[in-house]
Amino acid sequence: MGFEGIGAAVKRKEDARFLAGRGNYVDDINRPGQVYAYIKRSDRPHARLKGIDTRKAAAAPGVLAVYTGADLAADGVGGLPCGWQIHNKDGSPMAEPPHPVLAVGKVRHVGDPVAVVIAETKQQAKDAAELLEIDYEDLPGVAASTDAIKPGAPLVHDDVPGNICYDWHIGDKAAVDAAFARAKHVVKLELTNNRLVPNAMEPRAAIGECDVTGNYTLYTTSQNPHVIRLLMGAFVLHIPEHQLRVIAPDVGGGFGSKIYHYAEEAIVTWAAGKLRRPVKWTAERSESFISDAQGRDHVTTAEMALDEQGNFLALRVSTLANMGAYLSTFATSIPTYLYATLLAGVYKTPAIYAEVKAVFTNTVPVDAYRGAGRPEAAYLLERLVDVIAHDLGFDRIELRRKNFIPPDAFPYQTPVALQYDSGNYQVTLEKALQAADFAGFEERRRQARARGKLRGIGVSTYLEACGIAPSAVAGALGARAGLYEVANVRVNPTGDVTVFTGAHSHGQGHETTFAQVVAERLGISIAQVDVVHGDTGRIPFGMGTYGSRSLAVGGSAIVKALDKIIAKGKRIAAHLLEASVDDIEFKDGKFTVAGTDKSKTFAEIALTAYVPHNYPIEELEPGLEETAFYDPKNFTFPGGCHVCEVEIDIETGTPKVVNFVAVDDIGRVINPMIVEGQVHGGVAQGIGQALLEHAVYDSQGQLLSGSYMDYVMPRADNLPSIHVGTESTLCTHNPLGVKGVGEVGAIGSPPAVINAIVDALRDYGVRHIDMPATAEKIWSIIQAHQPRMAAE
Amino acid sequence: MPQVTLTVNGKRHTVEVEGRTLLVELLREKLGLTGTHVGCDTSQCGACVVHVNGDSVKSCTMLALQADGASVTTIEGLAKPDGTLHPMQEMFREHHALQCGFCTPGMVMSAIDLVNKHPEGLTEAQIREGLEGNLCRCTGYHNIVKAVAAAWPLMHGKTMPAAAE
Amino acid sequence: MYDFAYHKPASIADAVALLAGDPEARPLAGGQTLIPVLKQRLNKPSKLIDLSGLGLNRISVSGNALSIGAMTPHATVANSADVQRAIPALAKLAGGIGDNQVRNRGTIGGSLANNDPAACYPAAVLGLGATVVTNKRRIAADDFFQGMFTTALEPGEIITEVVFPLPVEKAAYMKFAQPASRFALVGVFVAKGPAGVRVAVTGAGQNGVFRQREMEAALTARFAPDAIANIKTPPDQLNSDIHGSAEYRSHLITVMAKRAVAAAA
Repeated sequence: MGFEGIGAAVKRKEDARFLAGRGNYVDDINRPGQVYAYIKRSDRPHARLKGIDTRKAAAAPGVLAVYTGADLAADGVGGLPCGWQIHNKDGSPMAEPPHPVLAVGKVRHVGDPVAVVIAETKQQAKDAAELLEIDYEDLPGVAASTDAIKPGAPLVHDDVPGNICYDWHIGDKAAVDAAFARAKHVVKLELTNNRLVPNAMEPRAAIGECDVTGNYTLYTTSQNPHVIRLLMGAFVLHIPEHQLRVIAPDVGGGFGSKIYHYAEEAIVTWAAGKLRRPVKWTAERSESFISDAQGRDHVTTAEMALDEQGNFLALRVSTLANMGAYLSTFATSIPTYLYATLLAGVYKTPAIYAEVKAVFTNTVPVDAYRGAGRPEAAYLLERLVDVIAHDLGFDRIELRRKNFIPPDAFPYQTPVALQYDSGNYQVTLEKALQAADFAGFEERRRQARARGKLRGIGVSTYLEACGIAPSAVAGALGARAGLYEVANVRVNPTGDVTVFTGAHSHGQGHETTFAQVVAERLGISIAQVDVVHGDTGRIPFGMGTYGSRSLAVGGSAIVKALDKIIAKGKRIAAHLLEASVDDIEFKDGKFTVAGTDKSKTFAEIALTAYVPHNYPIEELEPGLEETAFYDPKNFTFPGGCHVCEVEIDIETGTPKVVNFVAVDDIGRVINPMIVEGQVHGGVAQGIGQALLEHAVYDSQGQLLSGSYMDYVMPRADNLPSIHVGTESTLCTHNPLGVKGVGEVGAIGSPPAVINAIVDALRDYGVRHIDMPATAEKIWSIIQAHQPRMAAE
Repeated sequence: MPQVTLTVNGKRHTVEVEGRTLLVELLREKLGLTGTHVGCDTSQCGACVVHVNGDSVKSCTMLALQADGASVTTIEGLAKPDGTLHPMQEMFREHHALQCGFCTPGMVMSAIDLVNKHPEGLTEAQIREGLEGNLCRCTGYHNIVKAVAAAWPLMHGKTMPAAAE
Repeated sequence: MYDFAYHKPASIADAVALLAGDPEARPLAGGQTLIPVLKQRLNKPSKLIDLSGLGLNRISVSGNALSIGAMTPHATVANSADVQRAIPALAKLAGGIGDNQVRNRGTIGGSLANNDPAACYPAAVLGLGATVVTNKRRIAADDFFQGMFTTALEPGEIITEVVFPLPVEKAAYMKFAQPASRFALVGVFVAKGPAGVRVAVTGAGQNGVFRQREMEAALTARFAPDAIANIKTPPDQLNSDIHGSAEYRSHLITVMAKRAVAAAA
């Protein structure tokens, strides 16, 4: 179907309800007899929990119950599980300390849940929580990963020596050492990747419910309800999956922070079982800041060995990754398999070795945030390449071109496990440079200087991996789950279609793009396709949405199910048309006997399947509904080039992005309008990371940027218009040829911004500036360095 | 308990509230108008913006009792009874100015007030500054700015004055 | 929020009586600071006395004064033709406080009574040498601000209007916004008018808004940006936090003051 199918910028189906104020987010849901949970959280980063006196709170007006960690333990409630086991260099498993739902023995970060009060109203629960008497013995805390590994540092978990969760490595150390030994040049860079707070605009919320037969329902703000059902049911509350339904209705953004199984989900579900009343909890934003998993927080040393001509010979990387106080669901995989495996980037560096120490601290747990590991890798590489150019006097663009993996080298095996199936980095680079008028930049720099501004331009040529993941590969690397996706396609008797997908949309527009895929394949309109997601009671199974996987994995599952539908339709058509099934062609919504005008429409076949009066009943079941599980053969590898132009106010140091170009190779584009929107949002978060956002802790673990009064969220006037271009070298191993677009903006943009800032400051002797590049940081550099006079 | 009488989306209501009940709590919990959202607790995010007597306000930073006698319009009250969307809603859809939809009601209400108050026209920079009270984490604001600019001529019934473009 | 009784008196006398009768009662102006504070449970008033029914939302110009009623919202001040004509810098300042929604509710009286050390209005009131009028007395700006969140107001005293002396020959306000809250990291109001040349600084001082007298002297001698380019405010009296060190704030005071002088000249 031409206009509404693949490649059409059709308007979104889901917008009608959102624009009318008829969305259905968790906090919009109210259940009969509902009561409210308020969670009392630790206000200190590290303390021994000597006792909790709940009596006054329990006696307060409207209070039904007060529970502590002891109550959960007494009932056999388990800890929150970690979904990915990493092994140390010596082969031993990582340290995996318990992660209780409510704190036991110690509190380990500000925000650690200590007790829950359940009352008839929200205000009563909150009022009563003030009556809890908690006896803490304060302990010294530690917030920075660099401090946590020092001898004598406070131990976050008493039985985890040195606060080391794991000490892991990848790559050929001997080959890298040898390359460094014979290298003409070695360039070294130390850099941090700043900790971020994801800040989906909808705060997390959950409602637990238990009916008289002991069947539970959990409404939750989740990106993957089946994963929550599995983890919470099997590991935490021991509820059989058939008695636990998890519904993630409209969800107001996730960016990773709503992947994980959180304590509050278990608390409301368990309490609903105890009280036989629906229990609702909604985070206040200040709670989100201290209880949603945060992102990034790497401290890294990177070194590149080069020959005289500037060819990369070897890369050596050493990273400290802050895990926070506990292991969040996928925390351990982020700085390892989603980070270090990306360190080849777009370059043919022949030898790479990376070691990563993951460290416990008295801070909020860290896990995937938009990009998850890949932004850290891209930032490291693209900063390092610019620093190499700076230190050794190479042209930064030529240096990139020289080291690109050439277009004819695919499939390309990197030295860090991944095999890229396709890509063309030259093309995206050239397109982006042209769109940004890179050639004309120096004139703009001169004009800006005349206005009292320092102007700079920065480029990043990034690569990422998404479409996670081949289950066997992931399993071999420590994943405790499969990473396939599931689709059920139900053709209704009148020929319209309901798709049940295990992917979850929380802004991505699946109800539209998935419908476009179905419409294209079946020759129907998108109005005839309904996409259902986010309900374990309706959808067979699924692994959810993260890592830009929805279309590459979830979409492939839909295509696979559609193939089965079409195959069955052909057999029904063959029967009706009295032809051999091999002679039936399906095109434009019609089953036709090849070379004839004998045909049946898709709707006729659907009706026949459900009204099988004239039907091959001996060989074929009635009905037209198929389920497919799709396990990807490989990751997908989007990449591209981002170009950023900034201006800096010399007197105050204030930076402003004045131009931004993103040209991304994301494989086949289903809906260009939605693709551009995804890139806009990702770039905004990347600019936010580079210039504005920072979760700042004091040395002990108090969060100093714990609200929108102190955490700098990008606003409309912080951002420029963003030029988006796309390029499509198709993915070779999935049926749609798609790669994924959800994260590219957040991955490619931060190094482009910082490269531009450093370029703007080139007369001030600056080699590197850490994110976020705030006005004061830039001003300090300007103060410290007199402009370097041009050679005369 | 005190009572508040107000008109919401053209309908008069008298509701019992506590002194501390916020306007947004009245709308969401007492009147079931859940289109107005709460995204923060420091009056920054703007997900809760509604119109009170024609001005955009943060309904999380106003007591229900302060709205006594007022006329309140929420996102649910914008479309015509036959379902025809307000031009701002229409342009948000046309320009893909929403993704997850959570900030959208507040963003639309703020944008309408902004356009209403600028009959002389709005530049891109003015639109961006005019939306500083509303946070969106999905769109990067790019398409929101386009949608607001596109709604201006529809709301004022004329083309945007060239000087303002 | 803790619960409280809500009252909306119709006269200043009633409002004063309600406040006088209960030390735990608090006046409520626009609520744009007070309500967020109450939501955090940082304050537990027994009663809130809503001042919006007292007829204090008004602006008038007489020969030598601009009077702004205490309950006039920022948006009204920003858009007032009278204010734009009499003191355009004041209209501009009001139009830069918070965001559109805050400006539709927040009031000049509420802002002054709260005296947030990073608020904009105190800089204008001090910089223009205005007079704060209450139900009891007239308080000169120099006497009104007494440190962060502290003013000369006595318990039960209500601001009714703020009187700005005219004609103002030159005035401008420059704000360097704290990037998250958008309050002033440093805001400088420079004016030349009936109260002489004044430079009032908000956002930076440990004790709230203050006058930069060294700059005032230099500008009195010569009202030009370069007259103050080398005047540094000692950092030891300035705030330091994650958004700006005292040294940076000190630097910004000079830069913002220069820019304000340039804009005013």
